[in-house]
Amino acid sequence: MLRINDLHVYYGAIYAVRGVTLEVGPSEIVTLIGSNGAGKSTILRTISGLQRPRSGSITLNGTELTRMEPDAIVRAGVCQVPEGRHVFANLTVRENLELGGYTLARPSDRQEAIERVLERFPRLRERLKQYAGTLSGGEQQMLAIGRALMARPRVLLLDEPSLGLAPQLVHDIFAIIREINQQGTAVLLVEQNAHMALGIAARGYVLETGSVVLADAAHNLLNNPEVRRAYLGE
Amino acid sequence: MQEFLQQLVNGLVWGSAYALIALGYTMVYGILRLINFAHGDVYMMGAYSALFISGWLTAAGAPVAHSPVWAMVAMLGAMAAAGLLGFFIERLAYRPLRTAPRLTLLITAIGVSLFLQNIAQLAFGSEPRSFPELIASSTILQVGSVTLSNQQAIIIAVSVILALALQVIVHRTSIGRAMRAVSYDREAAALMGISVNRVISFTFVLGSALAAAAATLIALNNPLVTPTMGVQPGLKAFVAAVLGGIGNIYGAMAGGLVMGVAEVMIVGYGSSGYRDGIVFAILIIVLLVRPTGLFGSPVTERA
Ligand SMILES: Nc1ncnc2c1ncn2[C@@H]1O[C@H](COP(=O)(O)OP(=O)(O)OP(=O)(O)O)[C@@H](O)[C@H]1O
Ligand SMILES: [Mg+2]
Repeated sequence: MLRINDLHVYYGAIYAVRGVTLEVGPSEIVTLIGSNGAGKSTILRTISGLQRPRSGSITLNGTELTRMEPDAIVRAGVCQVPEGRHVFANLTVRENLELGGYTLARPSDRQEAIERVLERFPRLRERLKQYAGTLSGGEQQMLAIGRALMARPRVLLLDEPSLGLAPQLVHDIFAIIREINQQGTAVLLVEQNAHMALGIAARGYVLETGSVVLADAAHNLLNNPEVRRAYLGE
Repeated sequence: MQEFLQQLVNGLVWGSAYALIALGYTMVYGILRLINFAHGDVYMMGAYSALFISGWLTAAGAPVAHSPVWAMVAMLGAMAAAGLLGFFIERLAYRPLRTAPRLTLLITAIGVSLFLQNIAQLAFGSEPRSFPELIASSTILQVGSVTLSNQQAIIIAVSVILALALQVIVHRTSIGRAMRAVSYDREAAALMGISVNRVISFTFVLGSALAAAAATLIALNNPLVTPTMGVQPGLKAFVAAVLGGIGNIYGAMAGGLVMGVAEVMIVGYGSSGYRDGIVFAILIIVLLVRPTGLFGSPVTERA
């Protein structure tokens, strides 16, 4: 479904992603783990068109996304929940959701999508008129995910959704990610919380300084002694 | 007292024009963090457009001075022409520099400003040109010795209508929501599927059209048009935008009104020699005392 082939990305002279190849199958959860600065966010940003690769290709069901503008990539069916959530703090929760549905043609579609998202995140319903900046961290993460679901993506990219959240909330968020996936959305999940991520993913890639050093089924990675030592704190 | 009220009326008339121009500065700043120094010259081009359109209308036999409809036609035409100009300025001069350092962009803006002034001088000559009378003047309101002319009333009323229309666009429409999103967080907006380029273009078109509207309205009262006529109002509107808190739409409106009133008062009670100096005095005071402006929250910079 989503296929990345030999991707190279630079920030000026900094060589951030060094020939990464990876794949996310239809309705699969794939996780990308790695320590700080490994290049995880850069890969997601490049998929979404926020960053231009030096070379390599990104395709969705064979369609080339590599040189597309970010808005066209959303319309092609790839949405991202960026690292740090980036909700529009000065807009209301409802407006944030409406923006998530920006590519939907009709206001009635948007309304329907909002209802769908509110069913998944009932807590947001009471907060619709509140400014997003006044939400708690967990609520903001839910809003960020709900906003990304508005456009009904075929592939959802999540960049460290557990960042800064209490353990119970992390648990809730992961349960929701699994649910979203079970309803047919493919998920590429970037995490530092390797344990949780490998727990819900089918497969995982381990990234070190811009290169994939391991790629395997999630349960194999969970049992891999090197992974356990480097990423699971054992 | 009566004199004061009269000055207030005159100040509000200029102030509404400054407010309309200031909106363009503040919207573009909000979205690109760019002080578009060419904005005053877009105002000037708007004035020439209105001048030519009303000239053609007169030549075609339209009873221009006798029906406000024709003034309206001239204004809408000028808005369209200036909107187009704003579109191309962004497209050709600013867009290629989207990732360049801010200073480069600022210098380019000054370059565009000089370019427009020179083009106007070449194409239209440096001699002032005069508008045909767009709306025959009459007094519609008199309280004691305080008078309000129909032209003044129209300037204020149309400015208010345009400002309200802008509010509706920014707060009630999808593109307006997109504008606010882009100005708050450009990358997050792009991740929503918003075409950032299109939103930026739209912002330039909108701001430029408002400047042309201001130019047409001011021409009702001050019919002389020159290639450098945009410099002073542009500067004052810029200061008005800073005064209101640059990037803040309500602030720009309020700042414009304050600027207009302050200017007219200084001239009325002080000396006309200070007319253009006041703008710098206000700018310096604002920057010293409250750099974020009257309504501004500090502009948050994001990586
Ligand atoms: N805008 C930028 N300019 C220059 N270098 C950058 C930029 N963004 C990231 N980098 C560098 O690129 C490399 C990869 O960064 P990236 O953000 O992709 O890592 P990450 O795996 O997401 O890390 P984290 O877990 O901390 O989020 C790092 O060395 C980082 O310093
Ligand atoms: Mg990251």
